[in-house]
Amino acid sequence: MLLKDEVGMLQRVPLFSGIEPTKLKLLAFTSDRVSYSAGQILFRQGDEGDAAYVILSGRADILVDSDRGPIKVAELVPNSIVGEIAILCNSSRTATVRAASPLEVLRIRKDHFLRLMKEFPEMTIEILRVLADRLSHTTADLIDARSAK
Amino acid sequence: MEPSLARYIWTHTRKQQIWILMIVLLSMIPYFMSFDLPKLIVNGPIQGRGFEQPGAIQPFMRLHYNLPFIGEVQLFSGFQLDRKETLFALSLVFLLLVVINGLFKLYINTYKGRLGERMLRRIRFDLVDRVLRFPPIYFKRVKSAEVATMVKDEVEPLGGFIGDAFLQPVLLGGQALTAMLFIMVQNVWLGMIAVVIVVIQIVLIPRMRRRLIVLGRERQLTARALSGRVGEIVDGIGAVHVHDTSNYERADIAARLGLIFKIRFDLYQWKFMVKFLNNFLAQLTPFLFYMIGGYLVIQGRLDVGQLVAVIGAYKDLPGPMKELIDWDQARQDVQVKYQQVVEQFTVEGLIAPRIGALTIDDPGPMTNPLSAISLSIADDGGAMLLDRISLQVKPGETVALVSTATGGAEALAEAFARLNWPDSGRVASGADDLLELPEAVTGRRMSYASSDVFLFQASIRDNLLYGLKHAPLTSVPYEGAAADQHRWNIDEARRSGNPDLDIHSDWVNYASAGATGSHDLFEAVRRVLDAVVLSRDILDLGLRSSADLTRHTELARRIVELRAALRTRLEHEGLSGLVVPFEPGAYNKEATIGQNLLFGAAAGPQLADKALAANPYFASVLRQAGLDRTLYEMGMEIAEQAIELFADLPPDHQFFQQLAFMSAEEIPAYETLLQRLKNRPHEAVSENDRAMIVTLSFAYIEPRHRFGLLSDELMSKIVAARNRFYENLPPELQNAIERYDPAKYIAAATVMDNVLFGRVGNNHPDAPDRIRSIVYDILDELGLYAELLDVGLDFNVGAGGRRLTGGQRQKLDVARALLKRPDFLILNRPLSALDQRMQDKVLRNVLEEARRDGRSPAIVWVVTNPAMGMMFDRVIVFDSGQLVEDGTHETLLAGNGIFKELLS
Repeated sequence: MLLKDEVGMLQRVPLFSGIEPTKLKLLAFTSDRVSYSAGQILFRQGDEGDAAYVILSGRADILVDSDRGPIKVAELVPNSIVGEIAILCNSSRTATVRAASPLEVLRIRKDHFLRLMKEFPEMTIEILRVLADRLSHTTADLIDARSAK
Repeated sequence: MEPSLARYIWTHTRKQQIWILMIVLLSMIPYFMSFDLPKLIVNGPIQGRGFEQPGAIQPFMRLHYNLPFIGEVQLFSGFQLDRKETLFALSLVFLLLVVINGLFKLYINTYKGRLGERMLRRIRFDLVDRVLRFPPIYFKRVKSAEVATMVKDEVEPLGGFIGDAFLQPVLLGGQALTAMLFIMVQNVWLGMIAVVIVVIQIVLIPRMRRRLIVLGRERQLTARALSGRVGEIVDGIGAVHVHDTSNYERADIAARLGLIFKIRFDLYQWKFMVKFLNNFLAQLTPFLFYMIGGYLVIQGRLDVGQLVAVIGAYKDLPGPMKELIDWDQARQDVQVKYQQVVEQFTVEGLIAPRIGALTIDDPGPMTNPLSAISLSIADDGGAMLLDRISLQVKPGETVALVSTATGGAEALAEAFARLNWPDSGRVASGADDLLELPEAVTGRRMSYASSDVFLFQASIRDNLLYGLKHAPLTSVPYEGAAADQHRWNIDEARRSGNPDLDIHSDWVNYASAGATGSHDLFEAVRRVLDAVVLSRDILDLGLRSSADLTRHTELARRIVELRAALRTRLEHEGLSGLVVPFEPGAYNKEATIGQNLLFGAAAGPQLADKALAANPYFASVLRQAGLDRTLYEMGMEIAEQAIELFADLPPDHQFFQQLAFMSAEEIPAYETLLQRLKNRPHEAVSENDRAMIVTLSFAYIEPRHRFGLLSDELMSKIVAARNRFYENLPPELQNAIERYDPAKYIAAATVMDNVLFGRVGNNHPDAPDRIRSIVYDILDELGLYAELLDVGLDFNVGAGGRRLTGGQRQKLDVARALLKRPDFLILNRPLSALDQRMQDKVLRNVLEEARRDGRSPAIVWVVTNPAMGMMFDRVIVFDSGQLVEDGTHETLLAGNGIFKELLS
């Protein structure tokens, strides 16, 4: 997959969809293309968050530790981003991500991500919009969940 | 030091000064003879006196003397020569005298130059010798750069002066007197004129020069302060940047330079003013000669030959006079400089020479307890760091010194290390005052390491063994020219009062590290490095550096075995994809195009980095392989992409680290280049521009940069070009490149690259870490671990050890202290840069290592955390300069004192 294809992939990620292609290209260029084989761990719950990952191809599982061992809580498909919360909030990883099939990802380093946000406010606003959107969804879900009780 | 420069010079060079004086006096004879000769030539053969008759002859070189009582004695009746022959003979004598005078001058100048250089060497050595003997407190007040500039620059003019110190006045005075006397003999009145002018010069000029001396002193002090400040800026560059004070520093330096400029300009103005006056006075005399002398000739009271001789002699008067006055100026100038330096180097409480005297044989162990007796130490401001402390550390005892923030335990450790001298009371070893013991005892039987580490700019090995270099232990055999040189070195050292210790001797005292020689020292080194947990860091350094193959032959010899072992291991663990090996006939996708083309490591500048594309041979290979155009187009594409991506970013942006093709500074240049070359046919592009563009393609790695520029066809063309490149490699490039050969070690590459012999895949996370630990395993299995550690020990630590981290420096310092197996090991918060867990680990290791092989040194450790006290026989607690608690860890814990408070 070439740089320009990656840009196309990134455009399909909601978080980046409103950002100019040239900026996305820079983001892609400064990020590392990393491949994992099935079963390999991208990061573990509790690790320090140092990068976000965009899935280019393959699938990955999101696992959360519990008393009975790890539980799969979600699955990642191409064009999704994972790990962005930890690098935005400086917190540790809230879940483990494991490749479920041969996996190609774009690894966006934390400092690069933050630097891009600083440099291109339009990107920051876009990210804010997506996060706010997510928050309102989560809030709505929460209200639903409470009222359902 | 001797405060008077003249006496200092006289004391050390008396004999030589007298010898050269004699020579100078001897040289006066031909010098005087050469004055008389022109008159003889002009009056004799030229004007024809004594040759009035045609065919008249005169004796030449007749030797006859009128002796009292005996009458005239003729030794040699002389050659009988006619007028022309006499002219030639006299002229030849003149030439001979010129040669003799010249040879005298040559000898004298050489002799005094050498004398000066020897004295300069002596002064410099004396100064540094004093620095080595200064009491510790002195170093809190001086800037190192100022001391260095005094030793190096400020005494420099002394060297030039010393040869002239006594010689110049005699030589020039003699010449001036000779010339004067000669003028007097020719004509008293003309002589008197010269005398009057000379007296004016002698009185007036030095008076005017007094101001020059004052200015000179100011110049010296301001220049010294400047070098002190520059040194400070260099040492404190971090603080400058952290606080955005670089402009404050700029202002400070500019102000200082302004002041120096003003002083120097004042100096110039005065100097040239004085010069003008001096020249004027010197020129005044011939004016008077021409006028008055000419008048006398016209009157017939003086013959022409006499006047010519007077003027000729006068030509030789202003020169010596001027130089004499210059000499006086130089004398005053260097005297001032010398005094300034001597003042700075005259310090109370200099360490006696016997303390640091060279001792070859090792002193016996220190079996007496180390004690502080009513010891008080104050800091520079007078605050008490320790107040009448008495305690004793017995041999073999391990003691933790625990201290509150103002406790004073550090001061006690420094006092034990003799780095801080008591204000009252004393530190003693048995009955002896510790300060009276020679360093040969304290420096070998005691060790000290602190948080404030100083490393020399040398390899890790040199720094580690530094603590063992007390005396030259072997005599190096020299042969042939080297032996002559060595004899000369010793001879010259002695003549300048320098020691003749041989720096090339083996200074390392193997015995004190428990070894017998360089071959088994390594074991001891490895153990102390393991103890301070530094081995792994050094191995990493070793992997990243290129090995010195004259020293590490084993690595090169077994490289094939190593590479094979790595392959097998990777395959075994299913990790073969991690490393793409170099194969002579294949393209390595994980390596750059440049690496694939060269398929070797550049061993010289001709084929390295940016020079590669511009190399004519390389360019011709590309052309023949039909790659020049492809790579040019590729370079253009890369330039376009890179500029599109990066042109908007500020040059210090961290993204530029990702841009392998060009640096941030080069972007504008490439931008204009791209504009210029766009749409221009390849043939019309100049060689230089082509190289600029082609070089971009060399850094390209497809899987990493992903521009989609690499096709199968291109890859096979590149491999073909590689072979072509080596087929016709011209002889001048044979040594500029080391071709990758699976069976050969590449000297120009790092150890890691040699073992890998390939490239780590770009798209594997944590691949470098995994590979590294596999490589360590393999090296260990093959018994090459020690060899790699040895390569790492070659790493140069940089100025002040700054290429190592703070923690590594501290570990190295502790290792150095451990290595010499002391009887008393004093450690003053030695690991403060490490986290507590690592400190505990190193502490445990060090205690164990120090006691290895049944040794039981006393260990005094100023701990950073009271909990560490648990590991020691005894814990002593300090608070406000007082010893407040002393006991075992248990007893102190049982009590309700400060220790317990500190622990909680």
